[in-house]
Formats: sequence, structure tokens, C-alpha cells
Amino acid sequence: MDNFLEISHVSKRFVNHVALDDVSMDIPRGKVFGLLGPNGAGKTTLIRIINHITMADAGQVMFDGHPLCGHDVYDIGYLPEERGLYKKMKVGEQAVYLARLKGLSAAEAKKRLKEWFEKFNIGDWWDRKVEELSKGMQQKVQFIITVLHRPQLMILDEPFSGFDPNNADLLKREIMELRNQGHTILFSTHNMASVEEICDNIALIDHSRVVLQGDVDDVKNRYKDNTYHLVIPAESELHDVEILSQEQKRSRKYLIIQKPSEETNSQFIERLSQQTEIAGFTERMPSMDEIFLRVVRNGEIK
Amino acid sequence: MNKIFIVIEREFMTRIRKKSFILLTILMPLLFAGVVALPVLLSSIDNDETFTVALIDHTGKYAPLLKDSGKVHIVPVEELTPDVRSKESDYTAVIVISRDLSQDSTGATIYSHKEVPVDITQYFNSVIREDIRSARLATYNIPDIDRIIAASQVDYSVPTVKWTDDGTEKKSSYELAGVLGMVLTMLIYIFVLSYGGMVMQGVMEEKTNRIMEIMVSSVKPFQLMMGKIIGIALVGLAQFLIWGVLIMVIMVVAGTLAGGDMDTSQAMAMAGNMQGVPMPQSPQSELLQVIQGMNLGEIFIMFILYFIGGYLLYASFFAAIGASVNEQADSSQFMMPIVILMIFALYAGMFSIQNPDGPLALWCSYIPLTSPIVMMVRLPFGVPAWQLLLSLFLLYATAIAVVWLSAKIYRVGILMYGRKPTPRDLIRWIRFK
Repeated sequence: MDNFLEISHVSKRFVNHVALDDVSMDIPRGKVFGLLGPNGAGKTTLIRIINHITMADAGQVMFDGHPLCGHDVYDIGYLPEERGLYKKMKVGEQAVYLARLKGLSAAEAKKRLKEWFEKFNIGDWWDRKVEELSKGMQQKVQFIITVLHRPQLMILDEPFSGFDPNNADLLKREIMELRNQGHTILFSTHNMASVEEICDNIALIDHSRVVLQGDVDDVKNRYKDNTYHLVIPAESELHDVEILSQEQKRSRKYLIIQKPSEETNSQFIERLSQQTEIAGFTERMPSMDEIFLRVVRNGEIK
Repeated sequence: MNKIFIVIEREFMTRIRKKSFILLTILMPLLFAGVVALPVLLSSIDNDETFTVALIDHTGKYAPLLKDSGKVHIVPVEELTPDVRSKESDYTAVIVISRDLSQDSTGATIYSHKEVPVDITQYFNSVIREDIRSARLATYNIPDIDRIIAASQVDYSVPTVKWTDDGTEKKSSYELAGVLGMVLTMLIYIFVLSYGGMVMQGVMEEKTNRIMEIMVSSVKPFQLMMGKIIGIALVGLAQFLIWGVLIMVIMVVAGTLAGGDMDTSQAMAMAGNMQGVPMPQSPQSELLQVIQGMNLGEIFIMFILYFIGGYLLYASFFAAIGASVNEQADSSQFMMPIVILMIFALYAGMFSIQNPDGPLALWCSYIPLTSPIVMMVRLPFGVPAWQLLLSLFLLYATAIAVVWLSAKIYRVGILMYGRKPTPRDLIRWIRFK
């Protein structure tokens, strides 16, 4: 697979604690990569290293096939979790300034900004001071600033926090659109629902180490525990099947059952169908939320 | 490197367009002109007023002496009638002399319904004083006493001349040099403190607004810090320049308006001076000669050099402080030692006026933290070139070192939120690679 960013054996030590301990991960080109982990796990440190804000003590970051260097900041768009803008500056002026620092010419920045402002329906904000905007409005402006210079890599740290559902949806569509255009997106969040929705790959960092990474479906497969939803008629009884929970509603029973690991799905269904009529049978896939909790809380690493 | 210019541009443009900057920049010279011009204007208004004073002289001795003077019009009156006394009378005041004042100094009184104008009492006092004096002198029976006294009253002040290195002589004036030195000292002090403070404010704004993280993801912290420091320095220099030009314009305009011969000749003399044309000796040109003797060009260049050096030194301190703290309130603790240093320098400068080549002045004009301020005092008195060079060298070397150290603190500090750093933290940040 073609990796846009390859992080290998990166460590970062502060005086009182280790922020990153031998962290390696590959971020595929043109995909949305979810960087997950509890607070204080080291996500921000890793993002800062990629952004060339801090230096790693050890290890290497390969950026688009070459070792990460200062010039690469032109190809990175960064939306930090702690959003901030110059409050006293006008929106348009400020966006142009930040874009110029990312290597755009003033004229080009202005042109692209007008397009984006049009797209987000915020054209009349241009001459307003940032402090006059609501928090959600500032977030929009900030997102535009992040992507304006069309960076190959976009790092979005908790991009949805502070957005109402409508705007969050707009943002989600924009992120998918950017991915489809070939941009690589590194997406750091606690919001597992959004991870399932938009991430192709994930890495989970806990206590300075990568504890889990891979394709989202693949990860889910690894964490599935051979449990199934089974719906059967109320009068049926099952033998030799481990029932985790059951609930009766009118004429049907809703069960969660455990499949013995040596059996395949087909064998299992066959055994069940001999005993009863099957009204519904689905494999229970763990949600990312569940996986996150199992890994972080119980140290259950697969 | 290009990015630092973008940062400088923003720092400069946003500040220079602020209403407060525009107002201050335009109003200050006007205020300055007002402060200078107002007393002159007011006194010139007063000049036109004359007072009519009634004189009731029971002794008959003083009436002939008290003649009309420029502002005081004396009208002898026989008696203190209700007419004279009434509030509606034309007399501003009434002088009553009841006894011979050379015998009894309490023998005269000035009455008035309002406060007696100073002009009247001054005039009266001087006439009477003169009379009493000559009366007393007469009792000694010395012939020609008036002439002797006149001859013995001499107004003398020794002309001071400075030898310059090229052997020419220049008129010098201690007082003028002192005043100029003081003005320059205050200017540097105020500029370094206020513009240095602006740097700190700016850094803290970026930190508390949380825009820092975005900034450092596109600009190196050092570029950001230097861009801010340089941008604000340019604002200071621009303000200084505008003030200079405005004050010049106001002075020329005021000079023309006042229209006096002296003013025009002075302006001409000034113009002549600038072109290096030797001045004809005239009384008014003496002051100008003194100013010329001080080598204004050198002073101006040195002022700018010391301003830049001193500002660089202190502004980077301030930038480091701004980066280290999270709240305005915390900054004062770190500011204090620096402000105390500056105040010490200011006092050292003030005391140095009495002896601009004394040990205090000498040492403080080498020590980089005080030299920008103290050297300003010494400058108008003339400072040997090697001392200037040494002092400038020390100043700039230290400034560069402090910039370097501050950049290290700044780099770590700007992304540190939470607790207030201790001095130990700061040292750790400096060592942090």
C-alpha cells in the first residue's frame, strides 16, 4: 500500500514523563486515518512532531517518501483542538495572512477564500472582526484556513467539537470530498461514532504506545467475540447454546448467543436451525466505542 | 526567511492602523506644542490689560514717584470716598499710603475688591524698594554712591568652549546639554518600556487566544518572535519619525506666526547650520552655535542605535515573559525585576547629569542593561568614540545573546499552558533541545 506518512519508532521524552514510546504507524495516502486515544496518551505530541513544531528524540517520520523537513509545513494543514484566531483582526484579512504563511500569494489566497466563503455561505463575514463571530462561525473560518492551501496532508484535531449537527454534517461531507480528491486526512478524536463513519484506518495510542492499528473493518473483526443476535419464536427452546441474554417481546424471543470458536458460522446456523425456526441472525460487531473501552480500560489488546 | 517579513508586515500594519496609534501620534506633538505655546499665549493676552489704580498719598512724598507705567495707570485721589471705594468704580485697586515708608514699612496698603493683580504690587514694590534703598544709601553720605553701585553690579557667566578631536573649538553649554540629555533619556526609557510592553502584550494575546498552535505550525517560533519584535520596533520608529516631522512643522509654523525677527533669523540660522555654512556672530546665533557644537547628527544616529539595541534587549526579555505566563496577572511578577532595572538606569542617568564623566555614568554606560538610557545623558556632553564603540559592542552582543536565550524560552513557553512556570522551569526550557 502507498503510505503518505510513515512514522517509525518515534519516541519523545519530556522531563517528567514519556510522551511517545517507540511509536510506529503508517498512514495511507488518500485515506482518512483516525488517531485515537484517551486524553494525555500522546496524540498531541505526535501531531506536533508531524507538524514540525517539536522534534522527536528518536525515530523517523517519512513524509511523502522523504524524511520530514521544515519545508513540508507548506503541505500540511493543521486544525488544532484549541482553536484560536486573532480576535481583533478582520476575518478576511486574517485568513489571507495565515494563508500567506502557508506559502500562498495574497491574490491567490483571496481568490480561493472568496470561493470557500461562497460555498459556506459566509461571504458577508469578510470585514467582520473575529470577536464578533460566534464560536461555531469561528470554527468554520478555521476549517477553511486549514484547507485553503490545499495541503496533501490535513491534520484535524477534534474537528467536530463545537459544531451543531447541521454544520457537523457539512464538515463531514467536506472531509469526504477532500479525501476523494486525494488528500490524506489525519483525524484525531474521541468521538467514536464519527470514526466509524468516516475513518478508513485507525491507530489507538494509550500510555504513549500504539496499542492497536489497522483497517477499521479489520480491527472490528479482531475484536468480534463470536456473539450473535438471534431472533426465534417465543415457544422455542435451545439446547447446547450459550445464551448471554434474552428478552421476550410478544411472539418472539431476542437472544444474544455465544458461538463456540471452533464452529464456523454455517455450522452454527445449521445446528440452530435444527432446533428452531430462525427469524433473525446477525453477527454482533463491536462498536469502536466498545473496542476503545476494552483496550483502554481493560488493556485487552489483540 | 520570507515568512518573517509577512509577520513583520502584519505586526506593523495592524498596529499602525489602530485608532489609538493614530490619535496618539497626531495628538502628542500638538499637545507638546500646546504645552510650550500656552503660557506664551496667555501672557501675551495679559499684556494688553491695563489697570487703573487710585492713589491716596497722605505723606505726599510718593505721588510724584509713582508715575504711570506700561500696565499700571495711577490716578491720584484726595480722599477715600465711597465713590472710589465702590465696586462699580473704574479703579482696580486703591493704594493708601499713610506714613513714610522708609521709617515704617507697614505704612502702605493696597485695597481691592478682588485679588490684587501681581502687576500692580510688583510695580509698587519696585518703586518703593528703590526709593527706600536710595534713601538709606544717602544716609551714609558717600559721594557718587549710585555710580559705584551700578559699576559693581556685574552679570557674568564664563563662556565654555570644548576642544574637539580635530582641534577646532566649539561653544558648549552645560545646561543645554543636560536638558537635551534628559530629554533623550526619557525618550529612550519611555519608548523601550512602552514598545517592549507591546511585544509582551502581543505574545500573550497569541497565547491566550490559542492561535499560537496554528502559527507555529507554519512559522518557526524564532521567526514569529523576531517578526513581532521587528514589526513593533518599526512602529516605534515610525511614530518617532512622525513626531519629529510634526514637531518641526509646528515649530516652523509657530515661528512664522509669531513673526518675530528673531524667529526668522533663527530659522535661517538653523537652515544655514544644516548646510554647514559658518554662522555670523550675533547674540541669537550663540544658542544655535551651542547646539551645533553638540553634533546633532551624531546624537541622532546614536539615539537610534541605542534605541534599537536597548529595545532589542528588553523586548526579547518581554517576549520571553509573555510566552512564559498564561495570564496578565502572572506577568507582573516577571516584569518587576526588569522594570526595576530600567528605573535604576533612569535614576543613574539623572544623577549622571551632574557628572557625565564620573564613575557612575561611566560604568552604567557600559553595562548593556543600563547603557541605552545612561549613555543618552552623556551623549550631548560628548563621549569619546572608543567608549561609544565599546558600549555599543557590549550592548549589541548582549542583545543578541538575550534574543537567543529568549527564543529558547519562547519556543517552549508558547505551547505551555497551565501552571505558572518557576525560574527553574525557565532554565530547563533554555536547556531543552
